Amino acid sequence: MSKCLHILYFAALGETLGCREEDVRVEGVRTLGELRDWLSNRGIAWQAIKENRVRMAINQQVADVHQNIEDGDEIAFFPPVTGG
Amino acid sequence: MPQANIRVQTDDFDTGYEYAQLARGTEAGAVVTFVGRVREFTGDPSAGLWLEHYPGMTEKVLKDIVARARARWTLTDCRVVHRVGRLTPGDQIVFVGVSAAHRQAAFEACAFVMDFLKTEAPFWKKEGERWVDAKISDDEAARAWQ
Repeated sequence: MSKCLHILYFAALGETLGCREEDVRVEGVRTLGELRDWLSNRGIAWQAIKENRVRMAINQQVADVHQNIEDGDEIAFFPPVTGG
Repeated sequence: MPQANIRVQTDDFDTGYEYAQLARGTEAGAVVTFVGRVREFTGDPSAGLWLEHYPGMTEKVLKDIVARARARWTLTDCRVVHRVGRLTPGDQIVFVGVSAAHRQAAFEACAFVMDFLKTEAPFWKKEGERWVDAKISDDEAARAWQ
């Protein structure tokens, strides 16, 4: 069952990965952790996405690796926040 | 419907206007306001500050933080304005204002909102070419509210 996802990468992480946003179609990926593994296999630069400090969101809500992702979800990966 | 006004915008804000909104009516005996500004930073003085954010999620997170403040203290009104985009030293970045019957709730709720904005709201600062690191002291301040 394939899932189409819109993925965003913010701030320093987006620069490291050389990508700010993209649409992907994945097969056999159930959780955010599995998606993260799938992305990290793209190459050396993409290992950065698995660093402990990287935060994640599904549909604009903070999420962890155990959460399921669904077709049409918006996923975001970002460094610790520095607003205010 | 509890009063709240939460905005993310590129334009500057007018603290006089925000205070005037908070001070409407006679229910609130206390109004506390906070302004965060861009400080001088080392490096190329002509380089500015870039404030990146996650449109949609920033507003949601700020609304959630204000809702948690309202659950913890009885407040009359709460206003938050956070700027994004290009800023320079001396510019205003963020406004948090709280009105309440008495000052303890107003002071504490204002500090609470700022402490959680600093650790949860998806904004990222870049000074010239360098992304600012998150501070451990900000995480500790947020944890202290548990």
